[in-house]
Amino acid sequence: MKNNPLLRVMNLKKRFGEKEVLKGVSFNVKEGETKVIIGPSGTGKSTLLACINQLVNPDEGEVWLKDELITQAKDMNKIRQRIGFVFQDFGLFNHLTALKNVMIGLTKVKKLDKNVAREKALEQLRKVGLEREADLYPAQLSGGQKQRVGIARALAMEPEIILFDEPTSALDPELIGEVLYVMKDLAESGMTMLVVTHEMGFARSVSDEIIFMENGYIVEQGSPEKLFKNPENERTRQFLNKLSELYGEGD
Amino acid sequence: MVMLERIINIVEKFWPVLLKGLGVTMEMTLISVLGGFILGIVLALSRIYGNKFLRIISTGFIEIIRGTPLLVQLFILYFGLPPYGFKPSPFTAAIIGFIINSGAYQAEYLRGSILSISRNQMIAARSLGMTRKQAIIHVIMPQALRRVIPAWTNEFIYLLKYTSLAYIVGAPELMAQAKFIASRNFQFFEVYLVVAVIYLIVILFFTWLFGRLEKKVKIPGLEWVR
Repeated sequence: MKNNPLLRVMNLKKRFGEKEVLKGVSFNVKEGETKVIIGPSGTGKSTLLACINQLVNPDEGEVWLKDELITQAKDMNKIRQRIGFVFQDFGLFNHLTALKNVMIGLTKVKKLDKNVAREKALEQLRKVGLEREADLYPAQLSGGQKQRVGIARALAMEPEIILFDEPTSALDPELIGEVLYVMKDLAESGMTMLVVTHEMGFARSVSDEIIFMENGYIVEQGSPEKLFKNPENERTRQFLNKLSELYGEGD
Repeated sequence: MVMLERIINIVEKFWPVLLKGLGVTMEMTLISVLGGFILGIVLALSRIYGNKFLRIISTGFIEIIRGTPLLVQLFILYFGLPPYGFKPSPFTAAIIGFIINSGAYQAEYLRGSILSISRNQMIAARSLGMTRKQAIIHVIMPQALRRVIPAWTNEFIYLLKYTSLAYIVGAPELMAQAKFIASRNFQFFEVYLVVAVIYLIVILFFTWLFGRLEKKVKIPGLEWVR
């Protein structure tokens, strides 16, 4: 079906020992859409992202990527190539330069020719404004630059969707802007994105829909307009008020 | 000075024999350290990434070898196995013993080094669509091998010195030649002093060489936290 959402998550459950982290989560992401997941720490947001590309295996529920039920995929490595992932701690390969970090997926996973891969990687680094840093190692980059390399690495694989797991949470405040700028640009260019973040400014101005999660459930979801101005749930209101106090209203 | 004269005399007279012994020592060391390196990689990877069967086998092997004296291992290989149909030459017995022994130790150094690489490196590699094997080869090992160089340098030095034990099973290495010379001229102090200096020079050379290797493959941010 052409109108199927790009990503469908249905009744996803995950438990770690005694603790049930996801208690049945369902939502869709349409092509070109940017969805933001917010919620207190420890409510399963990161687990949810990890379950989508099965870096963590969900216990129950289904994840569909277009018409494929990927929770039962035979070759998950093939599927993961189609789902970009941006990590809170960047996850850059420490022994590789920025350029090689972006290239390695192209050469080793997609088996592209080295020169072709180099060109593509440079193009992505250019997009995130790091062409001049191509030959630096992760330890020689600032946090913001590292995360932009992380985004370039995900982009280079030409994924259908990118999952962002608190991409700015490990950054100094003055470095957050450059990463959010790249993400905003990406959203506007039509990339499908699912973003876990506490950046209310970003959620408000960029997202098509906000999902508020707490204790393994989706409490409420809706347009930024609705959630910020007229949340149905009292908990949503409290949480957003708290965040606005802490981080400001955003722009 | 009598001692100095004796030393000069020993070097002048016996240098071809000593050199031959040193040759055997170096041959043994290099073969053993490389064989042990390959064995060590296999054991370390089996112990960390293997299934239950591989984990038990490799852990058992490592603990048994590390828990028994090298000399006992050499005696079992050289004196213990012939009745069961395996009759190695002294050189072969020593090499096998050293490879097995060094392999167990190198496996543990490497295991420590692999485990020191953040788990997130594996997760990030898998998120790009790499298989576990690809992630180990292209992401984990290049970092782990760099980090293991200092420990590996130590292992090389230990092994070079431990090859002197091979004289007991009769392999014609440096120590065996020294014993042969001393048993003829009875100048034990001078002969063993010359041999000690030879070991020292060779070891200082290799320490310097591996230090250079470490610098050469060094990557910013990948050093051990000191």
